[in-house]
Amino acid sequence: MLSTSIQSVAKQLKNSKISASELCDASLKQIEKTKSLNAFITVTSDVALKQAKESDQRFLNGMTRGDLDGIPIAIKDNFCTQGILTSCGSNMLSNFLPPYDATVVSRLRDAGTVMVGKCNLDEFAMGSGTVDSIYGPTKNIWGSNIPYDVTYKPNHKMSSSKPKVDPEDWRIAGGSSGGSAVAVASGSCFAALGSDTGGSTRNPAAYCGVVGFKPSYGLVSRHGLIPLVNSMDVPGIIARSVEDVTLVLNAIAGPDVNDSTTLKRKYEKVSLDEGVNLLGLRIGIPKEYQNTAIDAEIVDILKKTASIFKECGANVTEVSLPHTPYSITCYSVLNQCEVASNMARYDGLRFGIRGDVTISTEQLYAETRSRGFNEVVRSRILSGNYFLLKRNYEKYFVKALKVRRLIKNDFDSLWDSNFDILLTPTTLSHAPKISEFKQYDNQTQCVTQDYCTQPANMAGTYNTALMVHDSFQKFNNWFCVFVLGIPAITVPVGLSREGLPLGLQLMAPVFHENALLRTALWLQQAVNFPQLKLKV
Amino acid sequence: MVIMGYGRCLSFIFHFKSSLKQISNCYRFFSATPEWEPVVGLEIHAQIQSSSKLFSGADTNFQTPTNRSVALFDAAFPGTLPVLNRRCVEAGTLTALALSCDLNQVSTFDRKHYFYSDLPAGYQITQHRFPLAQNGLLNFIVYKGGSDSRLYEKTSQIHQIQLEQDSGRSLHDEIRSLVDLNRAGLPLMELVFKPDLSDGEEAAALVKELILVLTRLGTCSCKMEEGALRVDANVSVHRRNSPLGTRTEIKNIGAIRAVANAVDYEIDRQIRVLQCGKEVVNETRSWDAERMRTVPMRDKEEKQDYRYMPEPNLPPLHLRLTNDQPMHSNMVDVTQLINKVPESPFQMRVRFQKDYGLSLLQAVRLVSEDMLLPLFFNAMNMKQDRDAVILTDLLLNDVLSYFNEDDSCNVVFKADDMGTITDMMKDGVISKSIARIILKELSQSPALSAKEVMEKNNLSLICDPAIIERLCRSVTQENANMLKKHLAGKKDSTKVLETKVWKKSEGRANMNLVKEWFKTNYPFSKK
Repeated sequence: MLSTSIQSVAKQLKNSKISASELCDASLKQIEKTKSLNAFITVTSDVALKQAKESDQRFLNGMTRGDLDGIPIAIKDNFCTQGILTSCGSNMLSNFLPPYDATVVSRLRDAGTVMVGKCNLDEFAMGSGTVDSIYGPTKNIWGSNIPYDVTYKPNHKMSSSKPKVDPEDWRIAGGSSGGSAVAVASGSCFAALGSDTGGSTRNPAAYCGVVGFKPSYGLVSRHGLIPLVNSMDVPGIIARSVEDVTLVLNAIAGPDVNDSTTLKRKYEKVSLDEGVNLLGLRIGIPKEYQNTAIDAEIVDILKKTASIFKECGANVTEVSLPHTPYSITCYSVLNQCEVASNMARYDGLRFGIRGDVTISTEQLYAETRSRGFNEVVRSRILSGNYFLLKRNYEKYFVKALKVRRLIKNDFDSLWDSNFDILLTPTTLSHAPKISEFKQYDNQTQCVTQDYCTQPANMAGTYNTALMVHDSFQKFNNWFCVFVLGIPAITVPVGLSREGLPLGLQLMAPVFHENALLRTALWLQQAVNFPQLKLKV
Repeated sequence: MVIMGYGRCLSFIFHFKSSLKQISNCYRFFSATPEWEPVVGLEIHAQIQSSSKLFSGADTNFQTPTNRSVALFDAAFPGTLPVLNRRCVEAGTLTALALSCDLNQVSTFDRKHYFYSDLPAGYQITQHRFPLAQNGLLNFIVYKGGSDSRLYEKTSQIHQIQLEQDSGRSLHDEIRSLVDLNRAGLPLMELVFKPDLSDGEEAAALVKELILVLTRLGTCSCKMEEGALRVDANVSVHRRNSPLGTRTEIKNIGAIRAVANAVDYEIDRQIRVLQCGKEVVNETRSWDAERMRTVPMRDKEEKQDYRYMPEPNLPPLHLRLTNDQPMHSNMVDVTQLINKVPESPFQMRVRFQKDYGLSLLQAVRLVSEDMLLPLFFNAMNMKQDRDAVILTDLLLNDVLSYFNEDDSCNVVFKADDMGTITDMMKDGVISKSIARIILKELSQSPALSAKEVMEKNNLSLICDPAIIERLCRSVTQENANMLKKHLAGKKDSTKVLETKVWKKSEGRANMNLVKEWFKTNYPFSKK
């Protein structure tokens, strides 16, 4: 039951085959069984049981709120949840009970979902492995010592070896939304919210064999999402199928008065019913994404997938995004500048932990911040502030914005030549072992891990409202702060020789969610990725 | 010294006079010497009159208890985002229009970083790179007292007007610091003036005029005692024909008089420093109103690098400047707002002089009196050829004091009556003293009209020759000795006797007739 789709379990809820409370119980039990993976920072059993009971009542009264009513979901621990610990995986917020709900959280609640817990992440979402959290790392279920079966749909003649289990050297979950990805992959919930700034939703989804979707910037409200990089952060959705992702998207997307960067027009729900017409669909495969560090298996599966598309009538061609190699450096600069700025509010005075120094305000700040932040956060603050110094601003920040414009232009020229979709790897390999991952520091890993995902957060179009004036040219570089990142989704397409999931990424122009999700659904059906089921 | 509520305070000219005397005694040691040239520029923070804050829904009431008017955003809670208050943009735009600024079709917000306990986010959201408006002008009148007293017009250029949020307030005592965030996030417009003033009096006059403009627009209450208008002054001095000197900044001056005093003190201090062969240090100072001097600010010692960065959570702000531009829902429509800009005090002064023949001084005084203006306009509108000079004198010299002394705002005067009194004075039907009696009566019995007051108290001028004759006769009889000398050609007592008649009649005798009578009956010829 826990490894099926939302739609099928929704049907069972509707037909009273099961109750929301039973489903919630099962979900909480699953969390208990997979506790060793450390996907959750907080398990919100009480809230979940209460919400499930309310859902049962609605089913009884015939007042249900749609397909998500009674469905267990989880939330990354950087979305504010009223009265429930929202730690960002950081000592700084280890006592932070937000007085409000993030917009996406309240929309999910309004849709009737049952929140089972808050998921682990790298501290303040700065990382790509979910290994830098004060609550410890999250482990991938694939290759873990939790017994599971990999089952293909009937009549499918594929088999694969299972990865070797080494309890000491487990597979990383990816990150920073690793907790959310593992929660979904292990069947602890049906969907989870992640956040995506440079790939934080797609990367762990790919490593954990689930679907990870980053919507267009401005489609989903960031109000209540504790920011990493305001201009690139997007709430992401992780689920086991494209259909489930779409259901959640339709519940959370749309304008929000509390977030001035959300698209003002009314949200029109994505519909998958029509499917996609592959005939004439133009798919580009950017050659720059297959850099030297890429695993041969990923290249293989990318080629295989391209040929499936081609066989079914799509027009698949190799394309070029020439500025891709500069993207990650540019991203680092912008990221660190915004981090330096966004982290300035953590002074211990109004929320979070407070140092116990009383000599001076400066001392108190220093003590609070050195105790509250890990080394990764502190080093980003330091370099960000360095980049923003008056004497460096042009050299780093403005230059990074210029590069961002070049990257944006790369993408624009492809869309202008009528490409509908771009197909790329999501990651450069399957999930690495913790020992492999730890060979490099956080910064180096982010550069590698986000290589394929992060351009989507950088590319996009200007907010259309910006284009109406002649004076626009004057702001051209500057406005790159307001480039709306494009939608991107990772779909699990197969298992590596070692039996670990491999994902591929699809990208589309801004607000082309319909085309993107329909194509992703087609891909999902074409590849028939196996189901993971716990053997307990 | 009344500083606030200029609508009710006595006309500033007189205050300027009295306080100038005091200043010149206290400070003006050096600035009189032509050798030194002071340069003064103001930066003024005006709190935008609005019911909620610039980026949050928290209210802006000055009276709320500590830390009550604080939205989560104002306390910089993680995950909260700024939402721009349309009213504040409109108020800023109106102000910019009133000050003849060039409005920027697109303006943007920046983060200005510094760590301070009353700055919750660690940055202030302001408009650093592309502000709301630029290149404005403010015309104002400066009055300088003293031996060579003069009244002159001056223009200061506005470099830019930017929208920004206020910080909170820190309260320190010996053992701890407390923070009140009620003020955090209040909407401010910062008006940056070019350094084109030359002393404290000009600076104070500029602030006066700005207060007049902003309160007329309704974009700022300008209550300096509540911190709704705060002045920073940049001051430097240099020798004539040499480059500009090092400047200091006097922060947060909270009263008009203090602006004049602080700037003049600072000019003199810098001259003293330079004359001793020392150098002026580029620093931030504050005005110590009690000890009447500027002092260096301790917590501003370090030179800050504000690490400006674009505010990514606020899309650029768009104005619709012309009718051919399409209107978007998140735009502010300047083509509509422009109709809401009232006549500026400057324009009004020009018009008063040109159309009504008022003197500059009359115009200056009348324009700054909110309570009098409607009376003036209405009285003039009722009868175009009315004597505006007499009316203005009546309003400024007699009516104004009723308003100033009336704390409970009970006194009501009607434009109709002001007109009637003016006309009667013009036509010689009543004298000035009778006009005063009528005003007094009107202030106590608002239901009566001027005409009714006159009839009731029998106040009109005595023009009956028989009564005049009787009055004059009785005065000459009562002053027989004086008359004797007068007739003997020893001393001309005509004036004295006339005045006695006037008094006897309780000011009602038509003095023209009285004069005529004396001329006819007792002409003086020196012997």
